[in-house]
Amino acid sequence: MVYDIPVLRLGEAYPSLDTLPVVDPRTGDTLALVSQANNGLVRRDVLKAREAKAALNACSCAQLIEVCRDAGELFLSATLDGMSADGYVQLLSRTSGLPHVMVRRNMAKIHTVLTGMEGVLRGLTRGLDLSTLDNGVGEQAGVPVSYAAMTDALGVVLPSNSPGVNSIWLPAIALKTPVIVKPGREEPWTPLRLIHAFLQAGCPREAFGFYPTDHEGADSILTLCGRGIVFGDDKTTSRYADNPGVETHGTGRSKIILADDVADHWRDYLDVMLASILDNGGRSCINCSCVLTPRHADAIAEALAERLDKVNPRTPDDPDARLSAFANPMFAEWIDEMIREGLQAPGARRLTRPDRLVVRDGRHYLLPTIVRCESLDHPLANTEFLFPYASVIEAPIDQAIDQIGPTLAATVLTHDPALQQRAIGHPHIDRLNLGPVPTSRVEWDQPHEGNLFEFLYRRRAIQRAESVGMS
Amino acid sequence: MIATQDQVAQAAAARDAHVREMVAWHFSPETGTPFWLDWADAEGINVPDAVRGFDGLAILPRFEDEWLRREPHERWVPRAYRDRPFKIFETGGTTGMPKQRLSWDDHLTDYSEFSERIDEFFPGRFPRGAAWLMLGPTGPRRLRLAIEHLANVRGGPCYFIDLDPRFVKKAITDGEPRIAKAYMQHVIDQAVTILKHREIGCLFTTPRLLEALGERISVTGAGITGVFCGGTSMTPQVIRFLYEEVLEEKAALAATYGNTLMGLAIAQPVSSENGYRLTYHAPEPRAVLRVVNPDEPDRVVDYGQWGRVELTTLTREFFMPRFLERDEAIRREPFDALPWDGVGDVRPLGSETKKTVEGVY
Repeated sequence: MVYDIPVLRLGEAYPSLDTLPVVDPRTGDTLALVSQANNGLVRRDVLKAREAKAALNACSCAQLIEVCRDAGELFLSATLDGMSADGYVQLLSRTSGLPHVMVRRNMAKIHTVLTGMEGVLRGLTRGLDLSTLDNGVGEQAGVPVSYAAMTDALGVVLPSNSPGVNSIWLPAIALKTPVIVKPGREEPWTPLRLIHAFLQAGCPREAFGFYPTDHEGADSILTLCGRGIVFGDDKTTSRYADNPGVETHGTGRSKIILADDVADHWRDYLDVMLASILDNGGRSCINCSCVLTPRHADAIAEALAERLDKVNPRTPDDPDARLSAFANPMFAEWIDEMIREGLQAPGARRLTRPDRLVVRDGRHYLLPTIVRCESLDHPLANTEFLFPYASVIEAPIDQAIDQIGPTLAATVLTHDPALQQRAIGHPHIDRLNLGPVPTSRVEWDQPHEGNLFEFLYRRRAIQRAESVGMS
Repeated sequence: MIATQDQVAQAAAARDAHVREMVAWHFSPETGTPFWLDWADAEGINVPDAVRGFDGLAILPRFEDEWLRREPHERWVPRAYRDRPFKIFETGGTTGMPKQRLSWDDHLTDYSEFSERIDEFFPGRFPRGAAWLMLGPTGPRRLRLAIEHLANVRGGPCYFIDLDPRFVKKAITDGEPRIAKAYMQHVIDQAVTILKHREIGCLFTTPRLLEALGERISVTGAGITGVFCGGTSMTPQVIRFLYEEVLEEKAALAATYGNTLMGLAIAQPVSSENGYRLTYHAPEPRAVLRVVNPDEPDRVVDYGQWGRVELTTLTREFFMPRFLERDEAIRREPFDALPWDGVGDVRPLGSETKKTVEGVY
């Protein structure tokens, strides 16, 4: 069966005359024909986002939290738009290369966010009474507060690598902000399933735009919405570096840092390191891609390699599958080649198996890779790839911590209060884990790469003369 | 309606006769073009004897656009025109040294003929006597004079708002998209002002500018009943969007494919019934479009197949055999009003491959 996936314009299906296929890279079968929105159409609709906003404004935050809860349950298990939950798992697995178990783990993550939306919002708003957003005014800690929505819609340009990234836009709906989504080229399934879950849960149709489109259309979504989130490589995200209305989610360069006081006990942290490197097939920006230690780097690298060399591709339905296949085999080849080239430069040594790129049952995999680098400056040191990969570097932590550069998630292993304070005050660490918490673990009441509430709303001063009553 | 065999055969005979006439003209010592006379001398070929029809043009080298950048203008002046000053027209959005084509009357001839065609294809939608607005690249391009001539030959005046595509391209390559956007707004602001204050019935513009104009005002609400649109390729989806949403199905959209080297190819009217698929037909016999195999460009592809667009221009002013355009298209059947091959769904060469590579995220 080939799914015809239309554009959704303020929730209304619009089949385009331009379509692109989504194929199973193993068999070449076309699984869906995805309608493509032309840029002019995207622009026209984004400029009408006010109508969508009005539809969501008619609901209270409390109602929308209920909607999220129901949508979460529906997303996890219901048949939506003719597709069962199992059907979704299988299709997504075929087109993304993620094994079923990882798709289900991502579904569970999304389910957690949707059903726990009240807590998520409490974290994002620091306990604001959400009726403040319904009324525009309220009180917090005895102080009058007022929040103004900064946009009529949130534009989201999604990647294809992992369905869990959709979690990032979900709170927008509960925060009364319509979303205009551009799905990843190979991953229309998850945002679409989420939208159908929301609709079945009673969310106003107008709240959702779904626009498979080209780079130009994506740019229109990001820049015209007023508030946009983009996932992409450095080249994509650097275009928006100077645009405060666009939040960029690029490479994570997440790290584990062992301090002097714990380095001799590195074996105690091996499981945390492995989970950080391997979770979700190593596909997330919060996967650890660099381990920094003041001592024992060789031993740590060897121990990680020994454990990771036991990880092999399994069939997609194997519950113990730890690796993802590549949706686009060309990327696997590129990455393999980049690492091969990087190893030519002096100062790096591979500890894992030599033949990284393997093909099993027609699926392309990269086997986990550990590279021992002599310094953070090596091209393979402070970088990341779309599979379980990490460099291990020996350096005095006292100095190295100032040189790590932008780091999305850092797990800092130390009992030294002074170093903990330095990590807390570190300007380049986005998510900080103190102690043995894998870089890949996410608590949803904590903001991820910026606080979505603060991105969508601005607190404004409000002073009211006594003669003016509350509306 | 698909052309009958007779119609196709008559058109082919007319094409061959025209080829003989043009070859005789450009390779004659009295009237010919120095560039081509020199070539024939160097090769020792009597071209009028050797070329008896369109297929015979294969003995000539494929035209290279680089020649239009390098060669002195005099080399392109047919001896018959030695005493007539010429116009210089440059190609669209290129930066650096542009391609330059000389012209005397070709642009007028092309647009006079086009004027008849739009009455035939879009009766009543481009009223005679109506004022036109040209919103697009003017400057050194032939379009500037051509559109004004079109308006004039139909009994109306033409207003102009310039868009310099070279500046837009430079702003974008310099990493200044905001400047490009601000400039586009400036262009649209001027168009809105003119449309508000003057009674205008017909518009020439590019697809992009039409979209942008439609974001600001109702184009048909401003009195436009016919839009002549060209300059860049348009997918069926873009055509549909422009017709259904920007023009609210209330104005005709006459799509054209053309450039300084060819003239103007007109498309049959499109609608939801034919899936908004554009098919252009060259202004034969003055220009001939073929869809050829990109790897073996001497062979045309079958009907319905994609291939590279090949253009041959055959006028007394300009002789350009078998130039390979940087476009690809589907070869389509002749139809009765224009009984020769059409080029369908034209797009830049390699668009599909590029799309795949770009579709990383």
